[in-house]
Amino acid sequence: MSKTRTTSFVEAAVLIAAILLPFLLQALGEEFYIGFATRLLIFALAATSLNFIVGYGGMVAFGHAAFFGGGAYVVAFLMQAGIVSAWITWPLAMFVAVGAALAIGALSLRTRGVYFIMITLAFAQMIYYSVISLQSAGGDDGLPLEQRSTLVPFDLANDTTLYWVALVALVICLIALKRLSHSRYGRALAGLRQNEQRMEALGYPVDRLKLACFVIGAGVAGLAGALLANQNGLASPTQLYWTQSGMLLVMVILGGVGQRYGGVLGAIALLGLEEALGLMTEYAHLYIGLALLAVVLFAPRGLAGLAGLRRG
Amino acid sequence: MTQLVLEQLLNGLQFGLMLFLIASGLTLVFGIMDMINLSHGSLYMGGAYLGAAAAQASGSFVTGLLAAMLGMAAIGIMLEFLLLRRLYLRDHLAQVLATFALILIANDLVRMIWGPQPLLLNPPEALAGPVELAGFSYPAYRLLIIGVGLLVALFLYVLVSHTRVGMWVRAGASNRPMAEALGVDVRWLFTGLFALGAALAAAAGTLLGPLLAVQVGMGEDILILAFVVIVIGGIGSIRGALIGALLVGIVDTLGRALLPTLLRAVSSPEVASHLGPALASIMIYLLMAAILFWRPQGLFPARA
Repeated sequence: MSKTRTTSFVEAAVLIAAILLPFLLQALGEEFYIGFATRLLIFALAATSLNFIVGYGGMVAFGHAAFFGGGAYVVAFLMQAGIVSAWITWPLAMFVAVGAALAIGALSLRTRGVYFIMITLAFAQMIYYSVISLQSAGGDDGLPLEQRSTLVPFDLANDTTLYWVALVALVICLIALKRLSHSRYGRALAGLRQNEQRMEALGYPVDRLKLACFVIGAGVAGLAGALLANQNGLASPTQLYWTQSGMLLVMVILGGVGQRYGGVLGAIALLGLEEALGLMTEYAHLYIGLALLAVVLFAPRGLAGLAGLRRG
Repeated sequence: MTQLVLEQLLNGLQFGLMLFLIASGLTLVFGIMDMINLSHGSLYMGGAYLGAAAAQASGSFVTGLLAAMLGMAAIGIMLEFLLLRRLYLRDHLAQVLATFALILIANDLVRMIWGPQPLLLNPPEALAGPVELAGFSYPAYRLLIIGVGLLVALFLYVLVSHTRVGMWVRAGASNRPMAEALGVDVRWLFTGLFALGAALAAAAGTLLGPLLAVQVGMGEDILILAFVVIVIGGIGSIRGALIGALLVGIVDTLGRALLPTLLRAVSSPEVASHLGPALASIMIYLLMAAILFWRPQGLFPARA
């Protein structure tokens, strides 16, 4: 079998396993883990959206929490205003994230390198501090959701349905990523990563291409945030704080920067490790930190690099 | 009103000088090695804990301060030698991953050793009371912090602009390969600088301990402020770090104290009570965005 066919075979097998997972957990009497699996999928989606910006667009953005957490707050705000339909609030969450990303991206892309990292970080912190100082956003306590969003004809109050919805979102995102990376636009981004000046000389609108990449990633993060608010029943300030951006970035680097499944692998590895270690010790982060150091020193291309997955 | 402004100005100066202690080490690490160090806040936290523990054990604040500085300098040398050295030539992403991992490790280590409860750190007894300044009373301890901060700033100024070591540092920040070609051992220099930066961060942690809580996670907030300072000042510049730190300290403190009052004067109380705190807490980020808009390299770019 050729390598491509092996890859598609593995992809199909993993997808089928993921679809059937809730039934397996129910059979084992471990329904609790359906919620955990949903969280994995949502963080995989968020990390994949960041990987698009970092790995495909070549921009080290350190403020992804603004869009991720922002999406959650949009859903919570609208629910307080009495709008519960996911068909309205989730696209709006993406829309708000896209709008914020347009403004932040347009300003930040004036800078390069370390300054870009710092300025995206600063904008995200600005949003964090604005939100927690708003009484109507619940301050430090966050904004609870009275109920889950409604997604007629599906029943989101059912944990398994929410799991499948998150899975569908992730699969669509991954397919779109594959399509995009083989499209003209994806090739142009690849060219930008190699040599920005040359692409500019060839007549490509460099800044607009990068801004588009930044904005697309932010929109998907907004959707992931909307999903997480539903899963947690809360839009929480920690989801906006810079350590959340750091965690997402760690997932991407851990999984593999610019690898299609980098975000997914990183999210599963990090959250899985956290959950497993959490059962055994109070100090899970100590061991996670040591594991991350080992990855930096010994597996510079991340988990996807270790597994020998192809790029793009 | 004038008294309030004066008092808040002094508070801002005091906070700014502490930010300078933290940012000065960070800006040199950034400037010379082009290295992102997210764990600098953990050095600050470690210093506060070491200082509080040593002060409790010995009963003397000064002993605590010295123990914190020496202890964190030693830890800094170890970190630089064992880990950070391997990261200078890697890309920013590897540096982010490794130093973020250090934050996770440091937070859990501190919780393991000292538990989840905040530690108590009292200012020296002799300085517990207020002193009379021209027309108002001000805590003596805060005055001491201002004094120490000014002394350290002076020390760093002399070190960087009037000694041979300082010349190497400036050369390394403005053009590292050239400095190396001219015979400056940048590696050795950097180990020393990192130890100095760690000691200064530890000093800030211990000095601020009695004013803010000594607790896990205290490094995360201050780290971002330090980043804002060095980006405003220009990465790699000590002078920029000082100006940036004073700007951030004063704007932040004055903004929190005066903005709500000012807004009440020009708008309805309801708008003021909602907008005031939000606006005050993002003032420094607006300041940073504005400065970067006009001068994308910061106020005092170190690289020519």
